[in-house]
Amino acid sequence: MNELALQTYEMARRSVVKVLRQPALVIPPILFPLIMMGINVSGLDAATEIPGFPTDSYLDFAIAFPMIQGALFASINAGSSVARDVETGFLNRLALTPMQRAAMLLGLFTGEMLIAFVSTLIYLAVGFAAGLHFASGFAGVLVLLALSLLIALAFAGLGAFIGLRTGSPEAVQGVFPLLFVFLFLSSGSLPRDLIEHDWFRIVATWNPVSYLFEGLRSLIIFGWQARELALGFGFAAAIAVLGVFGATTALRTRVAVR
Amino acid sequence: MSLAASAGIEVEGLVREFKNGPRAVDGIHLRVAPGEIYGFLGPNGAGKSTTVLMLTTLLPPTDGTARVAGHDIRREGAAVRAAIGAALQEAALDPLLTGQDHMRLQTTLQGIPKGERRARGDELLERVGLMDAADRKVGGYSGGMKRRLDLALALVHRPRVLFLDEPTTGLDPSSRADLWDEVARLAREDGTTVFLTTQYLEEADVLADRVGIIDKGGIVAEGTPEALKAEIGRPSVEATPADRADRDAVAGVLSRFGSAVPAPPGAAAVRLESGENLAEVVRALDAADLAVADLQLHQPSLDDVFLAKTGRKLDPPASEEPAAV
Repeated sequence: MNELALQTYEMARRSVVKVLRQPALVIPPILFPLIMMGINVSGLDAATEIPGFPTDSYLDFAIAFPMIQGALFASINAGSSVARDVETGFLNRLALTPMQRAAMLLGLFTGEMLIAFVSTLIYLAVGFAAGLHFASGFAGVLVLLALSLLIALAFAGLGAFIGLRTGSPEAVQGVFPLLFVFLFLSSGSLPRDLIEHDWFRIVATWNPVSYLFEGLRSLIIFGWQARELALGFGFAAAIAVLGVFGATTALRTRVAVR
Repeated sequence: MSLAASAGIEVEGLVREFKNGPRAVDGIHLRVAPGEIYGFLGPNGAGKSTTVLMLTTLLPPTDGTARVAGHDIRREGAAVRAAIGAALQEAALDPLLTGQDHMRLQTTLQGIPKGERRARGDELLERVGLMDAADRKVGGYSGGMKRRLDLALALVHRPRVLFLDEPTTGLDPSSRADLWDEVARLAREDGTTVFLTTQYLEEADVLADRVGIIDKGGIVAEGTPEALKAEIGRPSVEATPADRADRDAVAGVLSRFGSAVPAPPGAAAVRLESGENLAEVVRALDAADLAVADLQLHQPSLDDVFLAKTGRKLDPPASEEPAAV
């Protein structure tokens, strides 16, 4: 294994070990989105009766919600973890080793993506057990996992940026409700063309999170839709580039060593 | 070859200014010889930690420069970092990782060959007495255990120069003594150069070959503890009258033997002129019919040196009770 891969592996291992040793960081991020999905599926099932609703199973529509929510938790984990490293001086310890700076973030992101990947598998397993239909078949499941990973990277990048910039786990936690607002002001609960209020529909149309939902959902409900997939992957990649670039710049400022 | 070329430290006019603040470090010069323990003594906010951050390349200087183990901190950061180990203020550990996890991460990131990592980690954990606790999460370690692990992690790559920033602050006396033993052993047996910042006069006195006293960003005195104390030279005598009303009368008698120095409330003290001794003081107090509850002769200490150089006493931070182990 080359040096960068080895260092990335060790940093990713640290991220995963830390999460596994805190049940509070494992159980709620998996359970809470599933509970939310259960409530939505049983409470909003009647929405499938609305003319134009794309499926007669609200579960098929709602399964994307926990996936995005899980990625959101990854952003909080990544941000809090790196902010705590700033706060405790652990980042200085790392900066004093000859490790490649890229490995610091690569390791963190790899760890968070791995956790998001396992969470998505659990959501899918629960979904299939509850009768989820998957229009794009097995290949679609693989593409969905890839998109989920990219979304997790995007959100983890944003979280790491905020964590490194502020150096405060509390500040990262403080941003959480704001990110949650983005989740709800999107097409997460209803297709955009069925949102009655104009302001909500306009906000959901401008909200990039809508296209993440729609990309994931297209694979489940419709099969292969090039436009939805391109927008989903495109917005996820754009947010990931922004987040990773921001985090890299913030890290460079934090460990301004030659 | 300059003294810093092998494993020493040479500092030339190092300055660090922070935005809208005073100069945290104001043009200091110092030299530390290879294998020497240099005690950097000063109160909170004197500039000790800022100096360490610059010497370890974690903070760029505003002006001046330094060579650590022969490498310029401004231009050869990577070479400096490869030569040094550092245990900075507050043990920088992850509470969720075990001692063994930390050692694994540190040995890997320091580039220790795969086949040697485990043995090197175990050797260091053994040396600092943490082998039994190696598989426990660091969050449950006491303050002393954290400091010892921090020290062990700093030694993973066998650094030639070791920076310890207030390594015993907050430790109970027993943990402090253990750490002193280990630091002394490092310098004596391994020839490691140690740059140690401290607020504890006793620590500097016991451990350091030479001491630099820093106050308000500048070095106000430097030398061996013995030389600095000899500079102050004479002992002081402190008398506490049995009746507090006699305090001024006692001070008057003492003033015949030397110049007044600060004393606790209700007591008077003077630094003795050469040739004076305690017996003469006792006789003079007796002749003046002054009853004394307590009479003490103080040999000069680094505290006296600090007082003489800065005009105030250095109040060390309080020790904390050890955390539950």
